[in-house]
Amino acid sequence: MTTPIALRARAEAEAARLPPLLARAEQLAGTVLLGEHGRRRSGMGDDFWQYRPVQPGDPAHMIDWRRSGRGDQQFVREREWQIAQSVMLWVDRSASMRFSSEKELPEKGDRARLLALALSVMLIRGGERVGLTGASLPPRRGNAQLERLATIFLDEDVSDYGTPEARGMIPHARAVFISDFMGDITPVRAALTKAADRGVRGLLVQVLDPSEEAFPFHGRTVFESMGGTISHETLKAGDLRDRYLQRLSERKDELAQLCRLTGWQFNCHHTDNSAQTALLWAWRAMDQGALR
Amino acid sequence: MTLGPIGFAAPWLLVALVALPILWLILRAIPPAPIKRRFPGVALLLGLTDDDTVTDRTPWWLLLLRMLAVAAVIVGLAGPILNPEPDDESAGNGPVLFILDGGWTGAQDWTARADMLDRLLAEAGRAGRTVAVLRLTTPETPLFQAPAQWQARIAGLTPQPWEPSEAMMEQAADGLGDDAFDTVWLSDGVARPGRDALLTALERRGAVRVIEGGRGPFALLPATFEGGIVTLTARRLVTEGPRDITVAAHGLDPAGVARVLARLDLSFAPGEAEASGELSLPAELRGRITRFEIEGLRSAGAVALSDDSLRRREVALIAGRDDREGLELLEPLHYLRQALEPSADLLDGALTDVLPANPDVVVLADVATLSGAEQADLLDWVDDGGLLLRFAGPRLAASDVSRSEEAPLMPVRLRAGGRTVGGAMSWGEPKSLAPFPEDSPFYGLDIPGDVRVSAQVMAQPDPTLADRVIAQLSDGTPLVTRKRIGQGQVVLVHVTANAEWSTLPLSGLFVDMLERLAVSSVTAQPEPEELEGSSWQPRAVLDGFGRLDEAQTLPGVDGADLVTAPLGPELRPGVYEGDDRRIARNAMTSDRVLAPANWPARIPVEGMNRPPEQPLGGWLLALALLLLAGDVIATLALSGRLRGDGMANKGTSSAVALLLGVLLTLPGQARAQDQEAGQSDDAYAISATSEVVLAHVLTGNRQLDDMAEAGMRGLADILFFRTSVEPAEPIGVNLENDDLSLFPMLYWPVTPEQPTPSADAYAKLNRYLRSGGMILFDTRDADVAGFGAASPNGRKLQELAGPLDIPPLEQVPGDHVLTRTFYLLQDFPGRHVSRDVWVEAAPADAEQIEGMPFRNLNDGVTPVVIGGNDWAAAWAMDDRGNPIYPVGRGFSGERQRELAYRFGVNLVMHVLTGNYKSDQVHVPALLDRLGN
Repeated sequence: MTTPIALRARAEAEAARLPPLLARAEQLAGTVLLGEHGRRRSGMGDDFWQYRPVQPGDPAHMIDWRRSGRGDQQFVREREWQIAQSVMLWVDRSASMRFSSEKELPEKGDRARLLALALSVMLIRGGERVGLTGASLPPRRGNAQLERLATIFLDEDVSDYGTPEARGMIPHARAVFISDFMGDITPVRAALTKAADRGVRGLLVQVLDPSEEAFPFHGRTVFESMGGTISHETLKAGDLRDRYLQRLSERKDELAQLCRLTGWQFNCHHTDNSAQTALLWAWRAMDQGALR
Repeated sequence: MTLGPIGFAAPWLLVALVALPILWLILRAIPPAPIKRRFPGVALLLGLTDDDTVTDRTPWWLLLLRMLAVAAVIVGLAGPILNPEPDDESAGNGPVLFILDGGWTGAQDWTARADMLDRLLAEAGRAGRTVAVLRLTTPETPLFQAPAQWQARIAGLTPQPWEPSEAMMEQAADGLGDDAFDTVWLSDGVARPGRDALLTALERRGAVRVIEGGRGPFALLPATFEGGIVTLTARRLVTEGPRDITVAAHGLDPAGVARVLARLDLSFAPGEAEASGELSLPAELRGRITRFEIEGLRSAGAVALSDDSLRRREVALIAGRDDREGLELLEPLHYLRQALEPSADLLDGALTDVLPANPDVVVLADVATLSGAEQADLLDWVDDGGLLLRFAGPRLAASDVSRSEEAPLMPVRLRAGGRTVGGAMSWGEPKSLAPFPEDSPFYGLDIPGDVRVSAQVMAQPDPTLADRVIAQLSDGTPLVTRKRIGQGQVVLVHVTANAEWSTLPLSGLFVDMLERLAVSSVTAQPEPEELEGSSWQPRAVLDGFGRLDEAQTLPGVDGADLVTAPLGPELRPGVYEGDDRRIARNAMTSDRVLAPANWPARIPVEGMNRPPEQPLGGWLLALALLLLAGDVIATLALSGRLRGDGMANKGTSSAVALLLGVLLTLPGQARAQDQEAGQSDDAYAISATSEVVLAHVLTGNRQLDDMAEAGMRGLADILFFRTSVEPAEPIGVNLENDDLSLFPMLYWPVTPEQPTPSADAYAKLNRYLRSGGMILFDTRDADVAGFGAASPNGRKLQELAGPLDIPPLEQVPGDHVLTRTFYLLQDFPGRHVSRDVWVEAAPADAEQIEGMPFRNLNDGVTPVVIGGNDWAAAWAMDDRGNPIYPVGRGFSGERQRELAYRFGVNLVMHVLTGNYKSDQVHVPALLDRLGN
């Protein structure tokens, strides 16, 4: 099992390959925390924005005397208005994520943790606040938060399939849900709807093992869930393949549909693919909001 | 129970085959077991039902596979046997006696006969009968035991090198006892007297069965030698069809290596029982032959030992005066040479040189006086059985030898001057020879009429003279006299060996007389009367298979028996040695004719070539195992576990691989092969010589050996970095086993507890030192003792080096080449700084030339360098090149280590280049000469 330090190191390595992500704060309202995202207008912040002539009503201490001393006119130094975005993560830590079909492939949960933490690293480097949904870890900035995240990610959940935690959502923050979404879809729908209600938008990343996409089974088989709570026996596993695949694609469609309705973005990632592809997608998906 | 050629040991087990159809039904009803899989996607599967509600049935071919496996197990356990020995209903249950002829005639097919006997014993064991085995060549009272007891002893039963004689058969018949038993006679098919009587005796006690077969024995008669041609004759028993055999003549080649000297092919015509051929060999080669052997046949009869009849005698010819060049016919030894050359090895040289070669005969032609040492040596040699043949001549006649009293090496006293008859200045006619007396060795030789003696030395009349004369002239004067000394004899011919004094050397009689004196004898087989009363010691005897062994402690044999008595335990075929000759007694004699045995019609005779019993149970069980293994694979394949998909399958597929591996390795287990030792020797030599290797002597002290090895490695590294010498990894040398000549130098750390090398090792070391090797002795105690015996290491060094061939030593002089082979050095420190380093002393006449810095010293490398500075410790480096042992203190210590390295470099350079640097003193002179 990975230790927090090793996980962090790998996440750092993943994150180092991409430029720091500047998450765009979509909504100004409701978030007053200062960040490093220039709002392209004057406001509260550290960086210089422009000098403007003193207007009546400006207090005297606002005048920039160094600039004003070069001429007759007096100027006020304005700073760029900066805010920070809050990103809430939910990573499925249930038993079903502890599956990998081959020794060479990582477990789904491993990949999910890695993606989540890499994203966190980039976000925090970009000055964002990152936390978990629910009350366990509110969004904070700084490297210490990464270690807290990594520690929590490594906790295992005993339940067979994970249910998204939608409580404690900060309005208009952003959220990232990473899971295999194999279990009941109702809690997912509820969580996404609730998030959309609070103006939270985000990403839905489905992590699947290649064997879950291919279903390469034959013969008489008893399938068991990773926790062992659900089992299904079949006499000819090969016959079930088509119907299983159909159900899987239905599930994906359903998730995509749900995302479209709530303004989220959906991506399906396979553990035999590079983690970078998923991270790249997440980065673009985060940035896309900035362009909008 | 038998089924065609197959019988069953436990036929009732076959009933179990009935259960197979039931098993079929049961197996068919049970579907294959499901696989359990962990799969998160199961949530999506919930509610999906199988289209085909019928379970997967075991396919019919898998069922058939399993049925076959079970059937193979059942049949295998029932004990099937291919070609079972037929149960002889009439055989009865009593004891069985197995009779083997046991002579050399059966040796050729002995293995087949032993196998047959083994089968018969096994058969008797199954029938629960007791058995006894009797060899007619060693008759004894049969001892009936369980067959297993005898089966264990079959390997020890070997044929004897003689044939069962009539007496032996009688003895066997007498020892049979009164109990009834059946008899199986494994006959070799050769007829011999006494067989019928034994057969009758056996038939009185029960049924007799005869098993005969094989190719029939071949035998080689003793070689006969006539007119320079060796005639070889072979006989055979089975006369059907043509047959070619090859007779090989074995002997020692001039290098003393036993090898085949000649081969002769013999062909038996169809229907012929005898084949012979002639072998014409140079006398030199013929004399070396020790035995003839029919190639490819192992039997005492196929070996014909040769004795003196083919051997060449060694004759040393010594003349008393120098050759008179150009007068070959007058040369004293010319006629002897002519007479002896065809039949003997002639040795030339001084008497003291040829005597150590232990010639059979020494001929002294006109040698008068012998030095004291020569005389003593010659006496010893004659005493040990040598034949000294002396010829008279002018010198002997003129000398005072054996004049007043008999000389030890003269048979008679001689009168002064001798006599001359029939010459210009003397009366009478030249004398002819008188007929030889009966007790003379020359008795029976024809005396040609033209042999005349015109001069001779005269014997002094003595009481013993009459006994010693073996040939005389017509007037009664002795011509040849003989005296026995110990086991040998001295013969004096009273004339010269050339034609000066007589015409005897010109006649054929001369050669005949030499032959009779066994100077050049070609002896035929001796008559029994000749050997009466003498005793003969066996030197080498044949065993039944025709192998020649040392006779060891076998007792001697009476001479008459040697020729006439039948072979037996007391008289084995072999080579017997008497006083002055060797006689071979062969298993086959010329009067022995091999005739096939005729058995009465009432005796059943069987052949030996029945197909052997072959138990099949093991094969069937192995087949069942294979089928079951196939079943495992097929089952896995059917249930989809063989495809290697998913983590859970890994275990099963590796189990399959393991099972297959086990099955594949089973037959290979018996094939254990040894590596040839010689290859590793070669590899060692190649590894030690493909690069320069610094070697150290293994002392047995682990710590010291490690230190020495590290030291050699360190020195090797230093050499590698600083010079063009690039040594390989050092090698520890075991003085007892390893070849020292592969190494340019040896480092020998001295420790008091190391073992002193063996004599062989010292011989090797001396050879090494003489052939340019160098040993660096290191007592490693220079800080506690000066060089000498003051320390334990020093005493050990003296003990170790005592047997070594070490020249005079001196302390390294200031101009020794060691001081300048690579670096200029004055001191040779190691871990210790002592000036006491000793090398081979410079020659006493070495002088310093004016204007030269060094003396003009000799060539060569000093064979030893002896010191006590513990150099290896100073050189020692670990794998990373760091010094292991501390040297000195601080910077001066490092300087000392550097000087130690430099000494090592100089030493290796000295070893590899010799006095190259010493020769450099001549460079100015050479340049000077070239310039002008």
